Amino acid sequence: MTDTIKTDALIVGAGPVGLFAVFELGLFDMKCHLIDILDRPGGQCAELYPEKPIYDIPGWPLITAQGLVDKLLEQIHPFRPDFTFNRMVSSLEKLEDGSFRITTDEGEIFEAKVVVIAAGGGSFQPKRPPIPGIEAYEGKSVFYSVRRMEEFRGHDLVIVGGGDSALDWTLNLQPIAKSVTLVHRRPEFRAAPDSVNKMYAMQEMKELEFLVGQVSGLAGADGQLSSATIKGGPDGDVEVPCTRMLPFFGLTMKLGPIAEWGLNLHENLIPVDTQKFQTSVPGIFAVGDINWYPGKLKLILSGFHEVALMAQAAKRIVSPGERIVFQYTTSSTSLQKKLGVHD
Amino acid sequence: MTKLTYIAHDGTQFDVEAENGSTVMENAIRNAVPGIEAECGGACACATCHVYVDEAWTAEVGEPEAMEEDMLDFAYEVRPNSRLSCQIKVRDALDGLVVRVPERQG
Repeated sequence: MTDTIKTDALIVGAGPVGLFAVFELGLFDMKCHLIDILDRPGGQCAELYPEKPIYDIPGWPLITAQGLVDKLLEQIHPFRPDFTFNRMVSSLEKLEDGSFRITTDEGEIFEAKVVVIAAGGGSFQPKRPPIPGIEAYEGKSVFYSVRRMEEFRGHDLVIVGGGDSALDWTLNLQPIAKSVTLVHRRPEFRAAPDSVNKMYAMQEMKELEFLVGQVSGLAGADGQLSSATIKGGPDGDVEVPCTRMLPFFGLTMKLGPIAEWGLNLHENLIPVDTQKFQTSVPGIFAVGDINWYPGKLKLILSGFHEVALMAQAAKRIVSPGERIVFQYTTSSTSLQKKLGVHD
Repeated sequence: MTKLTYIAHDGTQFDVEAENGSTVMENAIRNAVPGIEAECGGACACATCHVYVDEAWTAEVGEPEAMEEDMLDFAYEVRPNSRLSCQIKVRDALDGLVVRVPERQG
């Protein structure tokens, strides 16, 4: 049994808006813990387009998405937020004292006085390739990630995709698999050239097979694959032995288990009021792209505004009865102390 | 203005007037063409604005660049006439362009 992690505010999602929530909550002395399904902070900005320029961040005529994430991390550093990466929040339960118990998909347990959902477009989850009937094999012989390499030992393995994940696992699992077939829709790869060269060298040595094409069909029973059909190659349809498959088709965003938390939803978005940015459950807030209210714009800058107002409401829950004093960071010595500013 | 036609997966046709220099994706979103998601907002980073270019137009529209080709690996049911609509810029020569929306985006 893992120890329960206690915090004032649990922030679901470490994208730009979740990160800036740490700042606004921190100014009111609230301790934050962020959970994200990715392996690093930044959300879409870091995962989808780190090098893309953003032109509508006030004060920054141009900043790259990763540049913005880096600056936000610097800005929230004084508040020492805690991060838990590679985890998806799964369940949420309201406790008798009004706080929340949140569990992750790996079983960690958090208790927080308020929950801030800053999950953007939802959690990044692997895309399911367009192969008829693949659902029946998922989790049994089709996997979207490698958690334990032993799972693949002695198997006829088919890896689908053309990026680093596909290439790396082709090379890493080849020594323990019975056979490895890499399938990609074209002979060019998005992976490190060194991995691609290694793969072609191994193909040359007949240590693995590389087929150009797309997986068009699967055969097997009770969730256990036996073979896969590859179409589109120069030799027409080819059937290859396949008892384990690893498709790597990138990530898509899904709302995920948050949909089961009993919050009112509006087309997979979470309606909030525009004073507190609170959901239909008091103590649970939603900010950034995941929320909805009349006039909502999915802009990072709107998210920044939302967390500033949310923090006021959150403070009333975390420290009931305490007077909230509105202050400016430019002139307040107490805020500057929190920010670690020295005169 | 340049005329564009989108054919949704259910066969519904959307004729729109597009400004040169805008992208085929932007015009789909502006005109609420169903099935174009454009999750990343046009950064060639998500493959959710995938369209099939009508066979009569593939030559004029041209081939995807390397970055787009890479991103197409993530699209649903890629065909030789697949393009990401955020990477097709509207110009005079595309007047009358027809694109079809796939069954789903990823």
